[in-house]
Amino acid sequence: MNKQRKTDIGPPHYEKFLPPIIKKNYGKWAYHEVPEQGVLVHTAESGDKLYSLRVASSRLLSIATIRLFADLADKYCDGYLRFTTRNNVEFLLSDGAKVAPLRAELEAEGYPAGGIGNAISNIVHTQGWVHCHSAATDASGVVKSLMDELMPHFTNMDLPAKMRVAFACCLNMCGAVHCSDIAVLGVHTRAPRIDHNELPKVCEVPSLVASCPTGAIRPATVDGNQSVTIEEGQCMYCGNCYTVCPSVKINNPESDGISIWVGGKVSNARREPTFSKLAIPFLPNNPPRWPEVVEAVTGIVNIWKDNANKHERLGEWIDRIGWSRFFEMTGIPFTRYHIDDFTHAGETYKRSAQIRQ
Amino acid sequence: MSDTTRETPLLDELEKGPWPSFIKEIKKERERPMVGDLLGLLERSYGERVGHWKHGGLVGVMGYGGGVIGRYSDLPEEFPSVAEFHTIRVNQPSGLFYSSDALRTLCNIWDKHGSGLTNMHGSTGDIVFLGCRTEALEEVFSELTEAGFDLGGSGSDLRTPSCCVGPGRCEWACYDTLDICNDITQSFQDELHRPMFPYKYKFKFAGCPNDCVASVARSDCSIIGTWKDDIQIKADEVLAYANNGVDIEKEICQLCPTGCISWDGKALDIDNGECVKCMHCINVMPKALAPGKERGATILIGGKAPIIGGALLAAVMVPFIEMEAPYEDLKELTEAIWDFWGEHGKNRERVGEFIQRVGLSNFLDEIGLEPVPEMVVHPRTNPYIFFVDEDEEDDDE
Repeated sequence: MNKQRKTDIGPPHYEKFLPPIIKKNYGKWAYHEVPEQGVLVHTAESGDKLYSLRVASSRLLSIATIRLFADLADKYCDGYLRFTTRNNVEFLLSDGAKVAPLRAELEAEGYPAGGIGNAISNIVHTQGWVHCHSAATDASGVVKSLMDELMPHFTNMDLPAKMRVAFACCLNMCGAVHCSDIAVLGVHTRAPRIDHNELPKVCEVPSLVASCPTGAIRPATVDGNQSVTIEEGQCMYCGNCYTVCPSVKINNPESDGISIWVGGKVSNARREPTFSKLAIPFLPNNPPRWPEVVEAVTGIVNIWKDNANKHERLGEWIDRIGWSRFFEMTGIPFTRYHIDDFTHAGETYKRSAQIRQ
Repeated sequence: MSDTTRETPLLDELEKGPWPSFIKEIKKERERPMVGDLLGLLERSYGERVGHWKHGGLVGVMGYGGGVIGRYSDLPEEFPSVAEFHTIRVNQPSGLFYSSDALRTLCNIWDKHGSGLTNMHGSTGDIVFLGCRTEALEEVFSELTEAGFDLGGSGSDLRTPSCCVGPGRCEWACYDTLDICNDITQSFQDELHRPMFPYKYKFKFAGCPNDCVASVARSDCSIIGTWKDDIQIKADEVLAYANNGVDIEKEICQLCPTGCISWDGKALDIDNGECVKCMHCINVMPKALAPGKERGATILIGGKAPIIGGALLAAVMVPFIEMEAPYEDLKELTEAIWDFWGEHGKNRERVGEFIQRVGLSNFLDEIGLEPVPEMVVHPRTNPYIFFVDEDEEDDDE
């Protein structure tokens, strides 16, 4: 390389990518309206109007599709677009008359508009079998299967409140799904299996022992090999050991599956932010369409939709009716796994006689 | 040899249905041997119900410790083109705004050197290039920096900061999320590219308490916009909402968490001293109500996902602070936190877990903040107080 190697330049300055209407009205927006699902109209104090057309994406995008979006942005939006934190694409238009033809062209290409207001927006998700080493299940495939069913709630605004669904493919939750209305979470349910013949050749025992957050891994000589044993009762299936040593196999086709968590949120609107709570501890991992997961999630969405008050998110509805009634209405069995046994478990025990008898 | 025409009956099922299909996306690039093998490996995972990737091996670009995540197939003989299939995290511009030219530049670089597959965007906010061979990393990096882009964070470093759309397109932005996100990212390039912390440290900037970037759940340092003075009311627009079907008593007054709003059928009255800035009334009537004019932010520290000690929401450290460039107060607070946590934090201990271990009061002492009631849900209920010997403390000073 002849040129001076550049480092630590940081990201390009966002100002380069702001359309002129945004530069002009930066920080001076007055209000917004949603004239139809998929379209946000922001009016500035100057009276200027910015139209944002929000369309779905699969998050995993080919450069062919990104180039398609770039071409459409050139054709309709003077070349300006953005992505949302939930992986939707937003085309930014200053001419309201161009919204409908752009929408038609995007929908013809298979990218439906929606996801605004009292709707289900895109499902944020992780890598799954496409690219992750500790995935208990695939991410994109479950999300695709779910959104194929839930899409009417993306393209309409027919729900009591917004619903945020998120997916993470193992319990480390790199997707941080733990504060979602519905969190779909891949789970490992057994301690890793160890390949004692392979381990001494590819792993360092001390770093493997140190990798375990609960101290469940201990050095041991097994069949003459310098290896480790795992105290199964202490294992919480985080897969940290597999990250440092591929001979400690956390992924298990027989016992990996999917769990469902409900009632979390991050916004401060009405109730404070709160974690999602366990609804279903285990569903089978059933590719390519995960019918059990799709049925469970759509079932919860439908019961909430039919019973919640306006503006009441899933967790707020459950708070009002109580968890007993939630399990009764959904038909989901309450099991020993629903009772917390981690650090602050005692805080979740009910300690009063205020019970709906 | 790699096979770009192999059959994938299970994956083909996911081309059906109305939602955009990631399999169609992958197949758009299947002429590349890498993507052909990716499809084969993924079909295998779908059949066997198990992943086929390994972590491991330090890979990266010269002088950086983060930004590339090493990924290897555990079936390299059968799928040689994905034997190395690393992730490159490219630092996104604030607010995820792009010009079509910038997107094409990124596509051209990735077309030349990688799989042609991306995530727009990764969970932390980066542009993610999926699938790069070790030998191509330096070239990708060189072309990225020539084009004005740089890598994001990974490992035990400052992770790529991210923010909501902010004043770029939102009337509720209580500070300039785009500017501060860019400023903090540029100010801490060394911390971003060279892992030197006990574990990862994330910033997320949300312009208002709706927290569209999920900062309270997903960041070690969550900055949430808020205001001190009165909610701005346009009385005629309130009436317009009432006339257009909003039941103000039921949908606004009764859902206000502190019951500080009243409505007599003609005018809205807000007892602003009682308002906790939850945003509900403003969300329902965006044409009529807006946050006040004396704007700033709340700083919360310690949010994280479950690994390792359980999930935490971030906790209030500074109830209100003005957020104006060059953000010296935030930078000083951040460096005080990094000093204390950096010295005493255990390996893979996030700052939220660290605070729980050392105690919030001790943490406040070290970073130089005074305790205030806004930091707690309620004062302690247990009487086992560890009293500090005030004389001893004086001797230290």
